[in-house]
Amino acid sequence: MARDAVLQVAGLQTHFFTFGGTRVVRAVDGVDFTLREGETLGLVGESGSGKTTTCLSIVGLLPRAARIVGGAVVFEGEDLTRKSQRELRRIRGRRIAVILQDPMASLNPLFTIFRQVAEPAFFHQRLRGRSLRERVQSLLRAVRIPSPEWRMREYPHQMSGGMRQRIVGAIALAGGPRLVIADEPTTNLDVTIQAQYLDLLKDIQRDTGVALIFVTHNLGIVAKMCDRVAVMYAGKIVEQAAVRELFDAPKHPYTRALLGSMPKLGSKEPLYSIRGQPPNLANLPPGCSFHPRCPDVMPRCMTEEPRDFRPGDGSVARCWLLGDVLARP
Amino acid sequence: MSQFIIRRVLYSVVTLLILSATIFLIVRLTGDPVALMAEASARPEDLERIRHQWGLDRSWPVQYVTFMQNAFTGELGKSFNYRLPVSELYFQRLPNSLTLGLAATLISLLIGIPAGIISAVKVNSGWDTVAKGVALLGLSIPGFWLGLVLILVFSVWLRWLPTSGSGDWRHVVMPALALGWYFAASMLRLTRSSMLEVLGSEYIKLARLKGLPDFVVIAMHAFKNALIPVFTLAGVNMVVMVNAAVIIEVIFAWPGIGRLLYEGIFQRDFPLVQGVVVMAGFMIVVINLLVDILYAIIDPRIRLTR
Repeated sequence: MARDAVLQVAGLQTHFFTFGGTRVVRAVDGVDFTLREGETLGLVGESGSGKTTTCLSIVGLLPRAARIVGGAVVFEGEDLTRKSQRELRRIRGRRIAVILQDPMASLNPLFTIFRQVAEPAFFHQRLRGRSLRERVQSLLRAVRIPSPEWRMREYPHQMSGGMRQRIVGAIALAGGPRLVIADEPTTNLDVTIQAQYLDLLKDIQRDTGVALIFVTHNLGIVAKMCDRVAVMYAGKIVEQAAVRELFDAPKHPYTRALLGSMPKLGSKEPLYSIRGQPPNLANLPPGCSFHPRCPDVMPRCMTEEPRDFRPGDGSVARCWLLGDVLARP
Repeated sequence: MSQFIIRRVLYSVVTLLILSATIFLIVRLTGDPVALMAEASARPEDLERIRHQWGLDRSWPVQYVTFMQNAFTGELGKSFNYRLPVSELYFQRLPNSLTLGLAATLISLLIGIPAGIISAVKVNSGWDTVAKGVALLGLSIPGFWLGLVLILVFSVWLRWLPTSGSGDWRHVVMPALALGWYFAASMLRLTRSSMLEVLGSEYIKLARLKGLPDFVVIAMHAFKNALIPVFTLAGVNMVVMVNAAVIIEVIFAWPGIGRLLYEGIFQRDFPLVQGVVVMAGFMIVVINLLVDILYAIIDPRIRLTR
């Protein structure tokens, strides 16, 4: 079944300009991906690889120093990078929702749960009074908050971390979004609560057909949640493939290294770690950004930046190794 | 909640006891008041008689206990200089001081809070630079100098406002401005830093991600959270402005409590100084209690903490 693309990110470049523009950090540097209805894309990579900046670029809520300098973010046929903040505000919280990392900090401590869940429906759908109350209750029920009619009168500090993150989920659903961006939503939750939360997101996705971008550095979660995965390194997607493909036959040495550094149950081997440090984005090495840490580095990698190679199984990888494989007769 | 208030009241009583003992001792270190009460030619027997008459010949602990016993019944003693009950003098001056103090508080809030918010929302912009400059000037220009400049400009040159004294609203403008100036600057700085902290928080990010209008994000989500430290400062500032606007009241010949205190110190009028200081302490305690109750109304987390 061919489903419509909800989101198409093409050649997205977001740079940070610091010290009065004298220093440029290319946090996101040419990112492409497409997301269809009901699909889940995992965005993985080390801290500072540009995952969060990619997400914030989509919704147009970047820090002051950052600017989208190139590319397009086409959401339901409209390029969001050309929209004003006023137009974006009508999309945020309504057609695109974001779930942030820290449930303890994402809710305003001074407002009731009701008020915080009601706000999107109040401002976007202009619901009032009884219909607003009913809407909030049904949202809270959807994220499995028990007895929502009295729970909604409480304040965030009266709830556990897992419950708060479900409230954040209810806020995300409040506008009836087509796309939900979840930025490491379970990093700060207990492991058991994590699993519950992930199941909840999956159920909601099945019921609503919402597209999901799942930012994480936990490959276990990727395997459980995602249809496709994009691996980010130094502001670029170095490999993108279906989940099975990526786990079974990783193409990029960085992906292989990431998979290799996952702890295996019962293994007596010392845990593998990628040598070296993540690169300084303001001063990237020439050629392939990964070459100083790459176990399979070749002379070409140090001078020439690899382009995207498509080995034919639907995956894309940016590595000269693939160029050699594909060039071979 | 009632338990919370009872505990706060107990703390307040202890605070006031310590304050009263401190001021009782400190005024007695300033010298012998009797020397200032009698004429220069007075004989030692006369001095002794005056000392006995005012109870100053008794030991300090006895004097303190008497002072406290009277204070608890609302009697703060009789002024050496005015020969009138201190409480009467205090309440005579209080309306004037309240007028000045509230006007200055209003000025400090009306300048400090909006400027602080703008400067935090537009951080590192031209507005912010102007606001930071104003705050620096406010904190570094002494009120008495500003008062003199105001008199020079608005009274002597422009002849718009009276130089001193009290009467209608025109008498209040300059002293209130000179007094509120410094507090406006401190309010601005606190509002700015408090707002900046809140604006950087995750829940403000989420509020923006909900697509709420900027006004709602800043005025409701952020400001309510930034308000708590601002309130505390405003409460304490107001008490200081009502009770200890000594220099401004002297410059503008404003018949308030600050000038009463000033006269009391110069005359070694022990009961007067003690009374004014204890009343100021009492007012601080009451205002702080009100601010704490206000906190509990604003912040549900405080409500439940026992």
